[in-house]
Amino acid sequence: MILSEQDLTALFVTLKLASVSTLVLLIIGTPLAWWLSKSQWRFKYVIEAIIALPLILPPTVLGFYLLISLGPNGPIGGLVSMLGGAPLAFTFTGLVIGSVFYSMPFVVQPLQNAFASIGNRPLEVAATLRASPIDRFFTIVVPMAKPGFITAGVLGFAHTLGEFGVVLMIGGNIPGSTQVASIAIYDHVEALEYGQAHWLSGSLLLFSFLLLIFVYGANRRYTVAKP
Amino acid sequence: MSIALRFRLQRDEFLLNVDTVIPETGVTAIFGPSGSGKTTLLRTIAGLEYAEDGYLKVGDIIWQDDRTFLPTHHRKVGYVFQEPSLFDHLNVQANINYGVRRIKDESSKHVLQQTTKLLDIEQLLKRMPWQLSGGEQQRVAIARALAASPSMLLLDEPLAALGDEQKAAILPYLESVYKTLNIPVLYVSHSRDEVARLADHLLLLESGEIKACGPTSELFAALDLPLAHQANAETIITTSVLGYDKDYGLATLVFSGGQFSVVSGPLPLGSRVRLQVLARDVSITLEQQTNTSILNIIPVTIGQMVKQNNAQITVRLMADDTALLSKISCKSAYDLNLKEGDKVYAQVKTAAILI
Repeated sequence: MILSEQDLTALFVTLKLASVSTLVLLIIGTPLAWWLSKSQWRFKYVIEAIIALPLILPPTVLGFYLLISLGPNGPIGGLVSMLGGAPLAFTFTGLVIGSVFYSMPFVVQPLQNAFASIGNRPLEVAATLRASPIDRFFTIVVPMAKPGFITAGVLGFAHTLGEFGVVLMIGGNIPGSTQVASIAIYDHVEALEYGQAHWLSGSLLLFSFLLLIFVYGANRRYTVAKP
Repeated sequence: MSIALRFRLQRDEFLLNVDTVIPETGVTAIFGPSGSGKTTLLRTIAGLEYAEDGYLKVGDIIWQDDRTFLPTHHRKVGYVFQEPSLFDHLNVQANINYGVRRIKDESSKHVLQQTTKLLDIEQLLKRMPWQLSGGEQQRVAIARALAASPSMLLLDEPLAALGDEQKAAILPYLESVYKTLNIPVLYVSHSRDEVARLADHLLLLESGEIKACGPTSELFAALDLPLAHQANAETIITTSVLGYDKDYGLATLVFSGGQFSVVSGPLPLGSRVRLQVLARDVSITLEQQTNTSILNIIPVTIGQMVKQNNAQITVRLMADDTALLSKISCKSAYDLNLKEGDKVYAQVKTAAILI
């Protein structure tokens, strides 16, 4: 076996984290992006700035604040333990929460652009054809914004795959539970196990590359069909 | 099913301020220069704009008042926008079915076949919107609006985005739509030609205010409105076919004040025909001419006369209760000593009459 069992587990945790985070991001990000694309609220840009923060903030800074707020004395951790839940820091759930914050701009921004480019007209047409607002969203907005959804999903997924700083801060590198591939690679290199670092890095590289090939291929097919 | 409405809506360019009743049958054109609030009025009727304290009653149903505001998807309107606005991700068939699938009333679903036939798009059903020409797209958009079996059709300059050729190609379809369906049609336009050809009623809008409303033929011939004073001023007369002479290709059309001979293809006896007679093609004689090439000589009484300038005068001639506008030179009017109440003859060349 080229990859050790621990490495395989780290890869598995990484994929699981990316999948769960992407799902959560799409569920939260879609209404948020829709609101941002439609709202006339004058302080909307403040929300947009907050969402974009992880783009420029060092991941360790974000991770540090998340660690504080997820801990037993932090606002989120405190609330959870008050409701009788287990502490979130150093757990998989904590990682998901961190990843959602960290990858939010990569999901919200493509969706917001896709929604904005549809414009109001198709929705007005659909309304005159008796479609209710929910009906309009699922039969007009979702299919028309399909390239945006693909881009958002894949970018969110890929960005979570490559996460390091946030995961390290709030995950604590516990093998089998919170150790992800990027940290496992770091550990290998630190221990001068270059061979294993190669295999793990190569797997991530190949996977990420294939993922991006898929996105660009899908988006290209979509635009070519619509001259 | 008449449409009573009262709206006040502030916009940058105008204050829309209307209070009127739109007739239950036929085509009502909302006519006026751009920026006069035509589109806003139509959108407010469809519920796409909200006018505070507005009132809208369609038939017995209140669509908007102090307590009610029916959202657009609960209003049974068919709306055709200036650009075709087909759904790009659906083919023609699916575009048309979009509205049909959402009709609650099963009995209205048969309209679908009728409309695809009426607009001649049966051979386009499998295509995607971007594979169609502009005129075809607009025809599909009209069919889509009709297939949802609306109780009112709202058209916002549906021909404005089309070239002259496509416009000419689509007009006959619109005419057959109006004749076939028995629902009120509101037609926004700034084209005098389209209005003259299609509209039964007219609502003249200027800077958001209604300047006049009434039957198109009356408003076109009213000398106190600007329509009768434009260069291409014309009279619209509704006639019915009395006979057709195939040897000469001439139709005899009768109206309350007399009859016209018109060059045309065969017309079914008794059918209704709308004539457009340009005011500058109507001349006046004091005595009935004989030995003339002009076939249409109609006894009339001179009504109102309004001078355009030093050279030209517009005369409103009454053939019984039908008005006929004539634009003649001031010199002729002076030489013939024309005055209100005189009995004279109006002459129109057959070839000058447009059907």
